[in-house]
Amino acid sequence: MEQDYIKPTEAQLKARRKRSVAIALALAAFVVIVYVGSLVKLGPSLFDRAM
Amino acid sequence: MALVEQKHLDDAGYRLSEAQPGDFIALLKPRVMSLVVFTAFVGLAMAPATPNPFLALIAIAAIAVGAGASGALNMWYDADIDAVMSRTAKRPVPSGRVTPGEALSFGLILSFLSVMMLGLMANWVAGALLAFTIFFYAVIYTMWLKRSTPQNIVIGGAAGALPPVVGWASVTGTVSLESLILFLIIFLWTPPHFWALALFKSSDYERAGIPMLPNVAGHAATKKQIFIYALLLAASGVLPVWAGFASLAYGAVAAGLGAGFVWYSWRVLKMPQDDRSMKPAKALFGYSLLYLFAIFTALLADRLAASFGLLGG
Repeated sequence: MEQDYIKPTEAQLKARRKRSVAIALALAAFVVIVYVGSLVKLGPSLFDRAM
Repeated sequence: MALVEQKHLDDAGYRLSEAQPGDFIALLKPRVMSLVVFTAFVGLAMAPATPNPFLALIAIAAIAVGAGASGALNMWYDADIDAVMSRTAKRPVPSGRVTPGEALSFGLILSFLSVMMLGLMANWVAGALLAFTIFFYAVIYTMWLKRSTPQNIVIGGAAGALPPVVGWASVTGTVSLESLILFLIIFLWTPPHFWALALFKSSDYERAGIPMLPNVAGHAATKKQIFIYALLLAASGVLPVWAGFASLAYGAVAAGLGAGFVWYSWRVLKMPQDDRSMKPAKALFGYSLLYLFAIFTALLADRLAASFGLLGG
């Protein structure tokens, strides 16, 4: 298959970097919210189970 | 370096994105979202139970993201008409900063996540109500009503009126008379708010081919309708006292705010036909925003005062 490379402009690279940071922050926040939310919702019994 | 197939390079639809995170935030309609967050919070705070503060925060965040997602879906679908209206031409999709596909995916993913989050962290009545709100705004209002009937914002207003019901349900797991009264206040507020805007932006709507009431029924009929809704809104504002979940002090504030709304609407009703500046319509639009914030703040303050026993409650 014939392929070609294109070089992103400086503005495109900068925008992509900013979007990547924003996605990382949003995912981190999502993980924290789900983790802490689960603890609050289910309570300490979440950890109370047989090994 | 990005690798793409040669055949795609000439495709007009293909390009490397220059969209900033701020463009995606703009897709969420932050100003509308602030109103949704506030009214949902009041619905949650008025509920006759005390939720865990963290879960309450998650519920409000989920409702906010759900509202934002429906905004993104709206901007995806309406990009063609947004492009021809001065008020909306600079939005991310019509301006080309975000592609329609990106806006659609963004809206769908956030819709799914917000509903799942609310369902799992609060309850599934609230989750289902949020899903219905998103569906109603994106499909019933945006795709159907908006372009087909001058009653678009009357019926579509239900989507904007649901957040306090969702907030209430996230605590109680039910829909009750109290939350439906909060719904009614926003539902009756929506037509005069948007018709005031439609009066002084009627040329915009005309150009976009949206059948807003001033363009279809004329300015005189719109002014009458605004006044009728203002009277109904003023009456609905004091319903919380009648239903027994707000004090007479709140009732006095609500009556005053309602009288103000009727007064501004009266000025619009008496606005001369040849008035190009339409200052009374602009004043009503501004006052309507203040009204909604003020009446929900009054409800919240009343509830807080009752909680601390300041009103003998």
